[in-house]
Amino acid sequence: MVLEQYLRERLQQKDLLLMTHVVCGYPSFEDNWRELEIMAEFGVDMVELQFPFSEPSADGPLFVKANQEAVSSGVRPTDCFEFMRKVCDHFPFKVLMMGYYNTAFKMGHDSFIQQLSAAGGCGYILPDLPVEEAGELHQLSKTKELAPIVLMTPTNTDARLNVLGAAAEGFIYAVARKGVTGGQTEMGDDLKTFLGRCKQYTNLPVAVGFGVSQKADLDFLRGKADIAIIGTAALKAWKMGGEDSLRVFFSDLLS
Amino acid sequence: MSLFDFADGREGYYGDYGGTFLPEILATTVEELRLCFRGCKEDPTFWAEFVELMRTYSGRPTPVSYLENLSNKLGGARIYVKREDLNHTGSHKINNVMGQGLICKRLGKKRVIAETGAGQHGFATATMAARFGFDCKIYMGAVDVARQRPNVFWMENLGAEVMAVQDGQRTLKDAINECLRDWVTNMADTHYVLGTACGPHPFPEMVSFFQAIIGKEARQQIIQEAGKLPDRVFACVGGGSNAIGIFQGFMDDNVELIGVEAGGHGPGSGLHAARLAYDDASVGVAQGFKTYFLQNNDGNMLETHSIAAGLDYIGINPILSDLWEKDRVRFEAATDEMVRDTLKLVMRTEGLIPALESTHAFALAVAEAPKMGKDEVILINQSGRGDKDIFTVADTIEDDHWKEFIKNKAVEYGA
Repeated sequence: MVLEQYLRERLQQKDLLLMTHVVCGYPSFEDNWRELEIMAEFGVDMVELQFPFSEPSADGPLFVKANQEAVSSGVRPTDCFEFMRKVCDHFPFKVLMMGYYNTAFKMGHDSFIQQLSAAGGCGYILPDLPVEEAGELHQLSKTKELAPIVLMTPTNTDARLNVLGAAAEGFIYAVARKGVTGGQTEMGDDLKTFLGRCKQYTNLPVAVGFGVSQKADLDFLRGKADIAIIGTAALKAWKMGGEDSLRVFFSDLLS
Repeated sequence: MSLFDFADGREGYYGDYGGTFLPEILATTVEELRLCFRGCKEDPTFWAEFVELMRTYSGRPTPVSYLENLSNKLGGARIYVKREDLNHTGSHKINNVMGQGLICKRLGKKRVIAETGAGQHGFATATMAARFGFDCKIYMGAVDVARQRPNVFWMENLGAEVMAVQDGQRTLKDAINECLRDWVTNMADTHYVLGTACGPHPFPEMVSFFQAIIGKEARQQIIQEAGKLPDRVFACVGGGSNAIGIFQGFMDDNVELIGVEAGGHGPGSGLHAARLAYDDASVGVAQGFKTYFLQNNDGNMLETHSIAAGLDYIGINPILSDLWEKDRVRFEAATDEMVRDTLKLVMRTEGLIPALESTHAFALAVAEAPKMGKDEVILINQSGRGDKDIFTVADTIEDDHWKEFIKNKAVEYGA
């Protein structure tokens, strides 16, 4: 699998990889590009490009607003794929599609997989698509070597983690806590125990997201996880002061 | 025929529709709810407890009334009405809510959350929470809060916290999203009292189970009152809980079932909420389930409109989508204009004030009755009462005395 191999190679050189997130077309594709340039500058390993959806029910307030503004300014899935193609051609990091299942369902599974592959993406994260419903899409993904990213959460039973582990490819997205994106997460014993449970049910690299926002969080995750996911915190920095504050954010994060 | 005999590996599916599409963090909570509901459904004492609660607290069984004046005026079929408006809190919503209150108690949870559009479901949930001693938070789109103040007033005075949702179109669907966000955070002590037969499994089945009380009563009552089964049963369809409730009483009979959606400004206007009666909806997955949604080609949801806030929803009960495709339920739409005219007619001829939602069902019955024989029988589900709509109705019929009253009140309050 292309993505897993890439991550393993990177993990030879770094003890904790970084995945970041942008909402396509918010505030604009030009802004996205400048954000991505800074992310590349700081050696980000993977980026999720979120395809905006009108009902982003798993997202917190900042991403909700981002989704809604992008949708109402007319950002379409075809624009997002086109943007992804440019991003993949230009930047060294790997790119994933992130979004809600209806976006893929409405264009058709075949078309979704074809377009994602043609745009250079190497996988996708659809948080409202449970593994029971993902059979056909996961099968199709194999033909194009795309990784369907599976989420593990602290509320899952061991039996469920076992099912999730068996369905996963690329890496595991471990959700650090209950709730939606963008809130605070306590980096403590509970998270440590949870990540230990994840590792019991997968050999894939484990990425941790939801509430990862500062250097201390990365320090905590080193040795317990393989990838840190920065979502809301980077968008917050961009909204506060554009390029300058995003640079400050990453240099603090990685100091 | 049972709607809920699922094939192996297809639990929660009605034909192609339904399912469970939720973030993984809710998997355990939904499984716990599913198992609890299964236990309740298989336990005959649970249904008996529910019926007893509804008898003593909500005035069930609600009667079936014969509308002799209206029948004579239209000169066709005999028209009967199932009076869900006579429930405590004024609509069928209380059936589902009290049932889920019993479920919540069995789950050992102490807090309930609910979405509401028109406010009827929020009002019913706040009532249930007060009665059962639960903490209660109601999510309501800011647009709906502004247009349904009387229900907000009651919810707050019943002890619920009402949160005005500022995202999206600030209506029902946005309130559902906000409930899901609360639930993924607080599922340990919180039960989500979904108000209609939509959303992820087991909600469509569970809401249908409680609302089936309407159809069970109505079948016996109509045979007694009319001396025969109805030829046609009309129910309005927003999410579709009152419709599936009454329809279940007649699934195995040779009875035509008609769901009436919100036609708003009519087909092609872009201002309606008719998912099946018009051609504008397509199959999608949102808010936890698969069904027909009013959405664009990219899968983003469209704006909807109805004179009745309770019908103004993007998706539809997955069981009804399936029954429609199987030609078991016919779908029609009533426009805002038909609804206004029908409400005036029903008030004047029968002294009934159906909710604007329920008036959609009346509108189609009134349109079809004259073409039917005098030996034929129509049954309409009056899902709620319309006096809650006094502001909207007074506005649309431009009642001068009402306007004067409001102006005077405003002066009294120092406006």
